[in-house]
Amino acid sequence: MTREDLGDQEDTLGTELRARRDSPSFAPGTFHPAPGRASPLRMLVAQTRTETLLTLRHPEQTLLTLLIPLVLLIGLSELDMGIVAQPRVDSVAPRILALAVMSTAFTGQAIALGFDRRYGVIKRLTATALPRWVLIAGRVLAALLVVALQTLVLSGTAVALGWLPSITGALLAVPVLVLGTLAFGAGGVLIGGALRAEIVLAVANTVWFLLLLAGGLAVPARHLPAALTVVADYLPSGALAEALSACFAEGGGPPLRSLLVLLGWGLAAGALAVRTTRTS
Amino acid sequence: MTPDADHAAVRVRGLTKRFGENLAVADIDLSMAHGEVLALLGPNGAGKTTTVETCEGFLRPDHGQVRVLGLDPVAQGPRLRPRIGVMPQGGGAYPGIRAEEMLRLVASCCAAPLDPAWLLETLGLNEARSTPYKRLSGGQQQRLSLACALVGRPELVFLDEPTAGMDAHARNLVWELISALRSDGVGVLLTTHLMDEAETLADRVVIVDHGRVLADGTPAELTAGEERRRELHFRSRPKLDLDLLLSALPEECAAWETRPGQYLVRGEIDPQTVSTVASWCAQHGALADELRLGRRSLEDVFLDLTGRELRA
Repeated sequence: MTREDLGDQEDTLGTELRARRDSPSFAPGTFHPAPGRASPLRMLVAQTRTETLLTLRHPEQTLLTLLIPLVLLIGLSELDMGIVAQPRVDSVAPRILALAVMSTAFTGQAIALGFDRRYGVIKRLTATALPRWVLIAGRVLAALLVVALQTLVLSGTAVALGWLPSITGALLAVPVLVLGTLAFGAGGVLIGGALRAEIVLAVANTVWFLLLLAGGLAVPARHLPAALTVVADYLPSGALAEALSACFAEGGGPPLRSLLVLLGWGLAAGALAVRTTRTS
Repeated sequence: MTPDADHAAVRVRGLTKRFGENLAVADIDLSMAHGEVLALLGPNGAGKTTTVETCEGFLRPDHGQVRVLGLDPVAQGPRLRPRIGVMPQGGGAYPGIRAEEMLRLVASCCAAPLDPAWLLETLGLNEARSTPYKRLSGGQQQRLSLACALVGRPELVFLDEPTAGMDAHARNLVWELISALRSDGVGVLLTTHLMDEAETLADRVVIVDHGRVLADGTPAELTAGEERRRELHFRSRPKLDLDLLLSALPEECAAWETRPGQYLVRGEIDPQTVSTVASWCAQHGALADELRLGRRSLEDVFLDLTGRELRA
């Protein structure tokens, strides 16, 4: 294309656009500036609602957070593998609740964050009036809501299978579930906030599988090989399972050690995540 | 033309930003008045996005000072962001969120948002409003991103390559939108590597390459130059006898028929030359139509400044 051609083409295009500029199809004042931030409560509700809906709507997330724990709850309670005393559901239910927490707060959160970063949503949202704390609080609240829903479904199923938790035990378990969600959530953010989405997928699922098998969830820590028992007690999975089991079994409250283990993992992961998390 | 510090919508002084070994932006100065449309024009890798993201507070300058609406975008980000609209390059949304949900989510952060349904309709996203973000086409993602930038009725918007990946129809729509924003007093800082986009939309164009500002001015200022009066274009009936025409013109003039009926005269073009061409045509029973003095395009300016093609 010669310079002359180019010049000519520009002219035609320019004329057309100038004509458009003279007769805009937007009423004057349509975009008149009126900036401002919505109330934090409104933002928090919208953010929490979106995060929760997206988690519940995601088929793989539902498989991970609800279907697998349900199948394991029913399977481990009904099949006699000879290691857990009757009624087996009493031992299985608290560990499956711990698994559900890990699935949502760790694996689910890590994968979601990994792909959210890939698709630029964190950057998109931080470019709005949304304060950073609302963005984080929305994710935490959504995780807590999903865990609450899982707890209802799984506990209901366990009760149907013959589980009889005490009211005291159930009340004591609530703060433990919250602590577990926060501790695992910090781990999820650590993995999901620093690595590439595909690597997050691999790491988060591998860790989930290892902790399920060897971390005191599928099998109680004390029934694992001796060396693993010690390790499992100091893993967040083992600690959460132990704390929840203690709440429901004796109604006497969770052992301090397991709470400290959870807290330690949560604080360590959180402190690291603050340094390593990237928005994109 | 340079707005003073207190009244500038955007003021950048000596901005330098390095990524490892790569010097992305080297000592850039920028000034943009309120309600002005400013285009950062340059090829890929020129430093446009780095400059814009520094203004948005996503990047911290290594050196230099950045003020947007009088605020430091990093330190005073929470005060700044409700007042600006941002369209990041390549958009951004939850992969599984539906187009309408995303726009409503962003609208929920704003005090007096535009009607999301109207905005979706306007940007031709009505059919796609229930489609998850990851299944939208590149152009649809871009338009959703533009909607997210505008929904909060900002006083200043940053549009990073707003028409990238859009077809001609969508591009026209976006150009029209930007004109409407300008008419309503919204400042627009856009980046582009399309010279026609910069030339058509912008009040001021800043040409950047290799992280430096090469030229800054209105499209007319930039394209005016020594060569301004060196070319005369006109249209007439094909196959005029140019030798005859040249005999009527000063010695150093040259003339071509660039396409049938399109003529170009090069040389010292003064009012006398213009008048001679017009009357010569009349004498030969032809009308000299669409007579205009040659003007450099931004592409020419860019070539002159860098010695390379804008789109490279």
